[in-house]
Amino acid sequence: MKVLMLGWELPPHNSGGLGVACYQLCKELAKNNEIDIDFILPYVAGHTADFMNISAAHPEDVVEVIPPTNAYDSYSYRKTDGTIETISIYDQQSLYESNVGRIAKKSNFDVIHAHDWLTFRAGIRAKQVSGKPLILHVHSVERDRAGGNDGNPIVREIEGLSMLLADKVIAVSNHTKKAIINDYNIPADKIDVVHNSMDIQSVEPLSGDTAYTYIDEMKKQGYRVVVNIGRITIQKGLTNLLYAAKAVIDNNPKTIFLLVGSGDQERELIELAAQLGISRNVIFTGFQRGKRWRDAYAIGDIFVMPSVSEPFGLTPLEAAGYGTPSLISKQSGVSEVLQNCLKVDYWDVDEMANQITAVVQNDALRDELHANVYQEYQRLSWSEAANKLMGTYANHVGKVAI
Amino acid sequence: MSKSIVLYLHVHQPYRIRHYTIFDAGNNHNYFDTHYDDRTNNERIIHKVAEKSYIPTNRVLKKLLDTHPEFKLSLSITGTLLEQLERWSPATLASFQDLVSTGRVEIVGETYHHSLAFFYSQQEFEAQVRMHREKIEDLFLQTPTAFRNTELAYNNDLAVWADRAGYKTILAEGWDPILGWRSPNYVYTPAHTEQIRLLMKNYKLSDDIAFRFGDKNWSEWPLTADTFAHWLGASPDATNFNLFMDYETFGEHQWGETGIFDFLEHLPGKWLQGNDHTFMTVTEAAQSNQPVGEINVEHTTTWADTERDLSAWLGNPMQQQAIHGLYELQSKVIGTSDLRLIEDWRKLQTSDHFYYMCTKWFNDGDIHAYFSPYASPYDAFMNFMNAYHDIRYRLATHGVIL
Repeated sequence: MKVLMLGWELPPHNSGGLGVACYQLCKELAKNNEIDIDFILPYVAGHTADFMNISAAHPEDVVEVIPPTNAYDSYSYRKTDGTIETISIYDQQSLYESNVGRIAKKSNFDVIHAHDWLTFRAGIRAKQVSGKPLILHVHSVERDRAGGNDGNPIVREIEGLSMLLADKVIAVSNHTKKAIINDYNIPADKIDVVHNSMDIQSVEPLSGDTAYTYIDEMKKQGYRVVVNIGRITIQKGLTNLLYAAKAVIDNNPKTIFLLVGSGDQERELIELAAQLGISRNVIFTGFQRGKRWRDAYAIGDIFVMPSVSEPFGLTPLEAAGYGTPSLISKQSGVSEVLQNCLKVDYWDVDEMANQITAVVQNDALRDELHANVYQEYQRLSWSEAANKLMGTYANHVGKVAI
Repeated sequence: MSKSIVLYLHVHQPYRIRHYTIFDAGNNHNYFDTHYDDRTNNERIIHKVAEKSYIPTNRVLKKLLDTHPEFKLSLSITGTLLEQLERWSPATLASFQDLVSTGRVEIVGETYHHSLAFFYSQQEFEAQVRMHREKIEDLFLQTPTAFRNTELAYNNDLAVWADRAGYKTILAEGWDPILGWRSPNYVYTPAHTEQIRLLMKNYKLSDDIAFRFGDKNWSEWPLTADTFAHWLGASPDATNFNLFMDYETFGEHQWGETGIFDFLEHLPGKWLQGNDHTFMTVTEAAQSNQPVGEINVEHTTTWADTERDLSAWLGNPMQQQAIHGLYELQSKVIGTSDLRLIEDWRKLQTSDHFYYMCTKWFNDGDIHAYFSPYASPYDAFMNFMNAYHDIRYRLATHGVIL
């Protein structure tokens, strides 16, 4: 069975979790000998994978994709000659759509599988020219990215219309399935939930001394560390985390909050921390990758993901792998699958403060949480997701598309 | 009765903090040194300002002192600048010493580190004033008898302190709400003091030179020495015209192209043509003229911005967090007797660091932006806080409990 897989990014040129999820999912699917994947990206970046064919629908020599910090910003592409080309997200999308249409005309495949709104129009085009069934994989909806607001009407229109025209919709969580039903009136039985997972074999291990020398020294003095890693945008609920931090620090002055990431809310939060009088305990590192990113997970006593709306949310799983238990918002997909963690409504600042306080005051609670979540972590794999998708493919291949 | 121009120039450069991250904290204690081409490189800035301002201005001042026996002026030079000149521009330091050796240049006392310590710690303030006095005695063989606080920040308490410390003269902004119907062009007595006398800056005349001189939209542009001397001569109610400004007005704030050096060179000659027109240093002016009244300043005034208060340094929560954090460490830092640590902690007290964090963009914002080597006040704040964290790290390695 041949799958025309449409994706916007793959690691290492990824701006977020979407690329990683696509890559690991395809890797797992390809373990099945019957599956052949043609993965179409909007750019050429010399990706190699021995389990699928990767090609580009946008013939540009790109060495680096410079991610936007905000959902609608233009992507920039650093090209081989060193110049940077910036193409608006809409132009990029329609360029991708016409190129995918051209590819779909001259190649053979059995099913089209498209990931997130940026590839949905291309998916519909491919379905038009080929008559093959279209499966849309929703990793997030516009309302998530807009922090609970309506968001961009053009994006909403693409999402709504595409899901109506698709043969099947895959949501990464029940949380996302509900959002799709609420926002776009898509019938519930048209939507299957396939939870994300992670490939723990591909996790880079910790190495050497921590990059956070100062925090490490403070920990020797009895300080406890609360970590968040992610984009600093309204979707991530960090305003509430800072209000909770104020209450935690008032009672436990030896608490440090480490916020790793960048985004359009960064300055606002720096000022908010100052207004709350907790700047001395709140450290903003900006965007980090590699060792500094891994060490941030590891230095924490607790990882907090307070997202207003998180379709899935991989970070608590990553935290578990690096030795840190989590407090996560109930408005997240990962809270449907992860058992051994603390959970809170993103808006419940008092309870958030209460639970963080419990962990920073009680190492036994921290250690017990981690010991148990680590058991869950070690069982993580994409095989269940891949099996479900195989079933979905089988249900549609060879049948008349809607 | 004679009329005198009391020209007082303030000479200062801070040690700017380089891009110093949380990953530097604990790994190196090098807050103030970076590669030569960086915007925050202090050596490069000293070279630039020496070339554009200090060397050419001192050449003009020396010529004036040689030409006009009546010409006198006062200078305040911070310890942080003197150190940098000793290290990176000894010829500039020698040119200041040449001026002082004429016997007609008075050096005004202040804090060595150009700090706001007076408002946070009497003990630290006095230590820095003592350091500055010793540096001046060492380099200029003169003991200050006049005092100015950083940013001309002044209130009754400061005057009482300076009076008890034995100063004969103190300087302040001649701000209208303080003076009311009175003129700044006389000598005053500060409230609650015994001996000391107060000179107040004539900000209208001073700012004609310091701010408006090169402004082609100003109705008086171009201002000539002739015109300015005429304005002063025609003013009936005056014994002393207190022209107080940043030394860097000459060549740096007002570039050489504006004609500022010609203006400076010709003003004394034009002024001295008038009957009973002369120049005095600050202490000389304060002692030769009888005080005409008492000045009561309960709330601190400064020479900055339209508010003439400390809001440019302490107006927003980031600035308050930063400065409170720093002074909170005083007894711990001093207690280590680690001279390098104490000195770095003092260099962080320089008021410029807080000025760079100012977010008052409107009206005064443009002038703040001009003086800042950072992309934003948030960058300035984060660099400072990371240096602050490193100070804490160093305390921890001394065994101090934080």
